[in-house]
Parts: sequence; C-alpha cells; structure tokens
Amino acid sequence: MPPLIQIKDLVKVYRLGDYEIHALRGIDLSIDRGEFVAIMGPSGSGKSTLMHILGCLDRPTSGRYLLEGSDISSLDRNNRAEIRNKKIGFVFQSFNLLSRTSALENVELPLLYNGSSARDNIERARKALAQVGLEDRGNSYPNQLSGGQQQRVAIARALVNDPTIILADEPTGNLDTRTSIEVMDIFQSLNRNGITVVIITHEADIASYTKRNIAFRDGKIVKDAAVTMTRNAGAEIESLPPVED
Amino acid sequence: MRYIQILKIAYKALGRNKMRSSLTMLGIIIGVAAVIAMVGIGQGAKNMVNAQIASLGENLLTIFPGSQMGGGGFRAGAGTMMNLTDDDAQAIKDNCPAVQWISPVIRTGAQVVAGNLNWGTSVEGYSPEFPFIRSWPIASGAFFTEQDVKGATKVCVLGKTVVDNLFPGQDPIGQIIRIRKLPFKVIGLLSPKGQNAFGRDQDDIVVAPHTTVLRKLTGRDHINSIIVSATDRNRIDEASNQIAELLRQRHKILSGQEDDFTIRSQLDIASAATSTSGIMTILLGAIASVSLMVGGIGIMNIMLVSVTERTREIGIRMAVGAKGRDIMIQFLAESIVLSLVGGVIGIALGVLGAKVISALLHWPVFTSVPAMAISFFFAGFVGIFFGFYPARKASLLDPIEALRYE
Repeated sequence: MPPLIQIKDLVKVYRLGDYEIHALRGIDLSIDRGEFVAIMGPSGSGKSTLMHILGCLDRPTSGRYLLEGSDISSLDRNNRAEIRNKKIGFVFQSFNLLSRTSALENVELPLLYNGSSARDNIERARKALAQVGLEDRGNSYPNQLSGGQQQRVAIARALVNDPTIILADEPTGNLDTRTSIEVMDIFQSLNRNGITVVIITHEADIASYTKRNIAFRDGKIVKDAAVTMTRNAGAEIESLPPVED
Repeated sequence: MRYIQILKIAYKALGRNKMRSSLTMLGIIIGVAAVIAMVGIGQGAKNMVNAQIASLGENLLTIFPGSQMGGGGFRAGAGTMMNLTDDDAQAIKDNCPAVQWISPVIRTGAQVVAGNLNWGTSVEGYSPEFPFIRSWPIASGAFFTEQDVKGATKVCVLGKTVVDNLFPGQDPIGQIIRIRKLPFKVIGLLSPKGQNAFGRDQDDIVVAPHTTVLRKLTGRDHINSIIVSATDRNRIDEASNQIAELLRQRHKILSGQEDDFTIRSQLDIASAATSTSGIMTILLGAIASVSLMVGGIGIMNIMLVSVTERTREIGIRMAVGAKGRDIMIQFLAESIVLSLVGGVIGIALGVLGAKVISALLHWPVFTSVPAMAISFFFAGFVGIFFGFYPARKASLLDPIEALRYE
C-alpha cells in the first residue's frame, strides 16, 4: 500500500508584483496512515503553505502530491473542493465556526456538500459532537461556548465526514495551557482510533504530544524525527489542579 | 444540496438581518405593487372604453351623406349633403345579405311638453330595429312596430332623462306628450344607458318612428344617416362593401368618381380607442417597471455588501468542501427569496391599492391573474438577474484569501 501522503520535490512560488517569494523550495515528505505529525517552524518558514497544499486549498507551483496514491496536484477547483469535502478535515487557529449558527449545524456543514440525506446528517453530526465530549451542547451558539469548546466543535466538524486526514493549523494558538492540553488529548484519542492527524505549531511543547516532528526553515525541511517520549495529554490533565467553571 | 435545505439556509441568513432584508424587499414590494396597480388602472380604462363602445351596438356601421359641393370647388364638411333617403335605407335592407338590421336616422331638436312641464331634447326617428342595432332594450312598455312606421303614427319611446324631467315620479306609459304641438302617445321607456364615451347623456332622447318624424315633424325627405348592423362581426367589411356598391349604383356614381357618402364602422372607432388605452397601459406598466428595476438594484447592492461581510463564512464553507456552484446557489437563493417574497407581498399590496384607487376615484380598476403571474415571475427574474453578479463574485473567491479575511 502506498503511503497516505507522498510529496515529491514540491515547490511553491508566490508572485507579488516583481518579487518572487519562494515559500517551498523542493519538499520531499511522506506520511503514513495512523501517524500523528507536528510540522514546526517559525512564521514564514513555509509550513502554512504546505498545509494549504496538503489540504487542497492551494496548488503547488511544481512537484507532485499523491494522496492515497493518486496525484491531486493538478486538480481543478471543483475537484479540490470534493477532495476537501471527502478526505480532509480542517481545524483552524481561530476556530472558524459560523456565528449565529448552532454547534450542531456547524458540525453538519461539510455534510451539506456531499449530498447525504438531512436526517442522516443530524445523526452523524451528533455522533461527531459526542466524540469530542460535547453531546449536550449541540444547540449552543459559538458565542455561548468557551474557546476550548469552540475548538472541540471545530474538531467535530473536521471529523464528521470520516476524513482520511485531519489537518490542524495552530489549533492551540488561541487557547490557554490547560485547554490546549485538553485539545491535544482529543487529537491523541482520535489518533489512537486510527485517524491520521497533522498539526502545525510553533510551540515545541505542543509538538511533544505528537509522534513525529518535522521542522521547517526557509521553505525547506531541516529536521524530521520521531518523538522519543510522546507526552500523554490525558494523564497530564488528571495531574493538573482542578479548575472551577 | 437539496432545494429545501438551500431555501432554509437562505431564509435563516436573511433572518439574521431582518431590518436590512425587509428594506431590500420593500424595493421589490413597491415595484411589484406599482406594476399591478398601474396595469390594473390601464386595464380598467381599456375595459371601460370597450364596454362603452360595445354599448353603442355590436357590428354597427353608420352611413353618412357625403360633403356638399358648392360652386367653384367649395366643399362643406361630411354629412352636409342631403342625398340619403329613406329609399336608400329600404334598398340596403332588400339587397345587402350581410346586413341584418337597418334603420334610418333622423335627428331634430324639439321642445317637448307634458302637462305643465316642458323639456328641450333630441327627437330621433328610427325603424323598429333600433333596439337591436344599438343593443338598447326597452325597460318597460313596448317599442313601436312596422305598423307604426307604415302609418306614421304619433307614438314615441322616452329615454330616462326625459322621463325624469317630464314625468317625475309617474309612469309615463299611455300618457300624451306634445312635440312641436303635436300629441304623441308614450308607449315605452328605454333602459338607461348613461353617458357615452364623449360625455353626452344618451338617455336625453325621444324615439319615434322615422316616418312620423320625417313627415310630421321635419317635413323633409332626406335623412341624417343610416345605421346598420352586420349579421356577424366578421362580415362587417362585407356589409360595408355591399352597401357601398349599392349606393354608388343608386346615386349613379361613375367608376373613378368619389363616393357621395361615407361608411364608418364601430370597429374602427373601437380599435382606435382600444389601442389608445392599450398604449396607456403599456406606458403605466413601463413607468412602474422602472421602480421594480430600482428594487432589483437594491437587492444587488445588499447582496454585494453581504458577500463582502460574509467572506469568511464563504471561506469556511469552501474549506469544508463547498464548490463554487454551491456558494453561488446559496447567494442566488437569498436574492430569489427576497424578490419572490417581496413579489407576493407586492401583489397583495398592489391588488389592495387598486381596490382603494377604484373606491376613491370611482375608476374601474381591473387586476388580472395573468398580470399578477407575470409580475411574480418578473420579480423572480429580477432576483436572479441582480443576484447573479454578487453570487458569482462570492463563488469565485479564493478559499485561502477568504479564510484570512477579517
């Protein structure tokens, strides 16, 4: 079986007037099923660009991107949208939930675009919410939820389509330490259930909850290593002093 | 995505900005209401004119004498020649198969006296076929007969205005009135007909056998005109040709010479009047459509604002798999919902407005179902037309840019 993600000599060049910005300068990378990867690097290192290409939001300037063995680097807008819908779940730093739309409806959103029946959709959205421990907050609106809860709704939305891979861009960037660990706990438990997770972060702390760290600098991979001692988020939460809320 | 789901989402999105949505809708409401009311007024006018023309008599042809030729090429106006006679009328009756009913017309003004009341009115002589030609039935009593015409008996039929002035509160049938001092027996009353298209009171009339009027009142042998009704609406031209041919023979007009009479059909007058009111309807509708257009521009404006405001939402939807088409349909649905709901309310308001206008101004306003259907679909079209550009703009957004939009 081919690796889940296989990238060969990936290059991305942005043109800003007369300038050319080389965001990615020839990346080779492969990620297997069931991995839990953190992509790290300072801002401007190209990690977000890679994330956009992995997530089919953008196309590489050159190079190949194989997802489950099929080349998707040259797909058009509509086909990329379909891949995003069926195979990829996004989690963003700023949650990106639709305001004035209930948690359940937010989770349901990807299902609106894959032609499944409305009753099915609600059932699946409920299940996804239950997976992140928010089964009783389905009718809440984003402004009634804490940051951590909002991010969990976003993770449920990423999960609802049974994606091949979950891509998370700085998922803990807007959260305090305890909530960050809670979110990482969810990712860890999803990963234990076989879901491939790729997160982007610039915090070494957060990266240490994953199994493999890839470091970027100036559009190139400078380090790619397995994490020797993966921290267990679930256990750490237990040891944290309880909070009253 | 399913249509019901699309509409639900559109409805929710519009509900989030109630004030804005209803103001945008107001543009369409006013536009549609204006179209409905204005076209209703135009249609009402058209129907009124048509009804009045029909009330003059269906299939009616009028034969006027020609213009009088004086010495030195001097020509007086139409109808000044005194060359139509009762015999002409009789000949048309006998020889023109496309003619159903015929009556000579003799008009004279006269002072009419009944008891101690008197009234100046138009005394007119006709044949007994008058009620059929003019579609003007008797209200009570009877019309005079062929017998009365032959004997030139002094009987008459009164119009309502004459009755009101000579016999207030009485039944005039069987009474005697005096026309130029001659006694006439009232044998019937005409049903009231009201004003004609030119404002003349048609009920101010005394009708008597044409022979009586000719011999006893005017003492002439020429008649004012002849009215004829064709057997069928489609045979009006045929009747006209037959009459023309006959009269040219009778008046000994050589080929190449002009007619010494004029034949005018009611249909000519009717079609002229109908086309005038038709133009008025189109004009009113066009003016009202402008406001519907302005309403459409309002929709476009608001949808553009909405697309900009919801750039991030569009980005999110695209990130989770919405295609450009899905986004486009979503925004189009919103503008269509706006315009169709506005259209329905506008139709209701337009019909109501038409009723108010008709009640206040005593103007017959006619609101037709086709006009409503057309404005409804026109409103929908406005929604699609003006919603298309903003929706397309939304669908072409780049998901990464859209997600970054603050």
